[in-house]
Amino acid sequence: MDEPQKRRVALKVLGATLGASAFAYAMAPVRKWAAGLSVDQFLQRHYRELTKEELAPILRRLEAKAKADYGRDVVIRDPDPLEGAEFGYALNLSVCIGCRKCAEACHVENNHDRTTNNSYIRVLEMEQGSFDMERGDATYEHAVPAPGKYYLPVQCQQCDNAPCVTVCPVQATWKEPDGIVVVDYDWCIGCRYCEAACPYHARRFNWQKPEIPAEEINPDQSYLSNRVRPQGVVEKCHFCLHRTRVGRNPACLEACPTGARVFGNLADPSSDIRWVLENRRVYVLKEELGTHPRFFYFFEK
Amino acid sequence: MGGVQRNLVALLLAALAAGCNRPQQPRRFGPAPSASAYPVTTNQPPRLVSVGTGESDARGEELRVPCVTCHSMRDKATVPESTAELKEFHVGMTFAHGGLSCASCHRGGQPPTLGLADGRAVPTSEAMQLCAQCHGPQFRGYLRSAHGGGRGHWDLSRGPREKNHCVDCHDPHVPKFQPSTPVLPPRDRGVTQQTKEASHG
Repeated sequence: MDEPQKRRVALKVLGATLGASAFAYAMAPVRKWAAGLSVDQFLQRHYRELTKEELAPILRRLEAKAKADYGRDVVIRDPDPLEGAEFGYALNLSVCIGCRKCAEACHVENNHDRTTNNSYIRVLEMEQGSFDMERGDATYEHAVPAPGKYYLPVQCQQCDNAPCVTVCPVQATWKEPDGIVVVDYDWCIGCRYCEAACPYHARRFNWQKPEIPAEEINPDQSYLSNRVRPQGVVEKCHFCLHRTRVGRNPACLEACPTGARVFGNLADPSSDIRWVLENRRVYVLKEELGTHPRFFYFFEK
Repeated sequence: MGGVQRNLVALLLAALAAGCNRPQQPRRFGPAPSASAYPVTTNQPPRLVSVGTGESDARGEELRVPCVTCHSMRDKATVPESTAELKEFHVGMTFAHGGLSCASCHRGGQPPTLGLADGRAVPTSEAMQLCAQCHGPQFRGYLRSAHGGGRGHWDLSRGPREKNHCVDCHDPHVPKFQPSTPVLPPRDRGVTQQTKEASHG
């Protein structure tokens, strides 16, 4: 064997070793991810393709997983939308004081990651006279309400023409018959297109597995709403559908100390929310985008 | 072919089958909301019929004294114009509610009642009527749950609802909402990034 050939072989071996190790390193996250993935989970269909009978064992499996991961007995239900109900939400800007109790209630109710203080609601401190939510400050720490400011809580607007639904490449998010835009956390691939598309910054990405102490887990859960989300998926406000679809009010409404929030059935002409829409000055955020929100802001006088 | 490989092939075939198109299941619906079966109640807070003493009991709860403890015996014919006239009891009460005086709402007599602007007496349990005679927009909103808040069900065919009383949130003597410290400062990446850009922009 002459010298150049020896060198060539050595280079080949070196290259192959480097390539193999680089490949192994690149694939490491996938292997780690696959370790916790069962065959059932891998073969699970899209929520909307599942019959009730097929969904039942999935819910039991998720309950067992919650028990194993978080040490808490939870009940994961799948409440159906109510016949003829069209949910809407209105918020009284005349009385909101920016205390963020709604965001806190959401944090607790919806099993959000404790380390990030995550919440589906972001309360923006706004200059009086400004309607530009992009200029709002969400990180104010001083006593509220501050002089010259007003407070604009922003959460998912449950748009009837939702950009987030349009851009989802795998149809993991869609609009339910009662108007709630939901996410199948088991179908979401975490591309975050929806997060980029949302003009209201209403979607959140689970950068890491949510950390919640067992005693703080809310055991009243549902598949499409507040079950603990896996890492790497997008989540958003779902009007507390595990509560609202059984007739209850959303958690943020009950937590509001000024009673700024009105939830109800837009399809019922005698409902409180219809009264608000017909008798108060009402506006929607970024109306010019044509998203047709189901979330309204109003003034008392 | 080994057992492992056979399993792998089966898994791949199953995955392929699962990936095939399948129609959406028809959506199922829960029963529609119907006529109201449950009541809407209003909370009757203790401060309507008692006053705080500024002291706490062994459990740390505020000690309150029912109004009738004194007002069943002390029959005052007149109610003072302002808190400055008080020589004993309720002395030092802060009062910041427009240009009202004590007698704007309180009436003497036995049992002590509240008085509307037109002179009619109302029992303390109907105190909201007093508030409503000046704060119409708020009261009309309150009647439709657009002011005041509460707990319970939006759908009264599925459960009851309890509303707050005016005085749950507003001290009738100092009704303005007092400033408070906001809870749960956001720490997620989106917010901190957004704020950075805003402050540098």
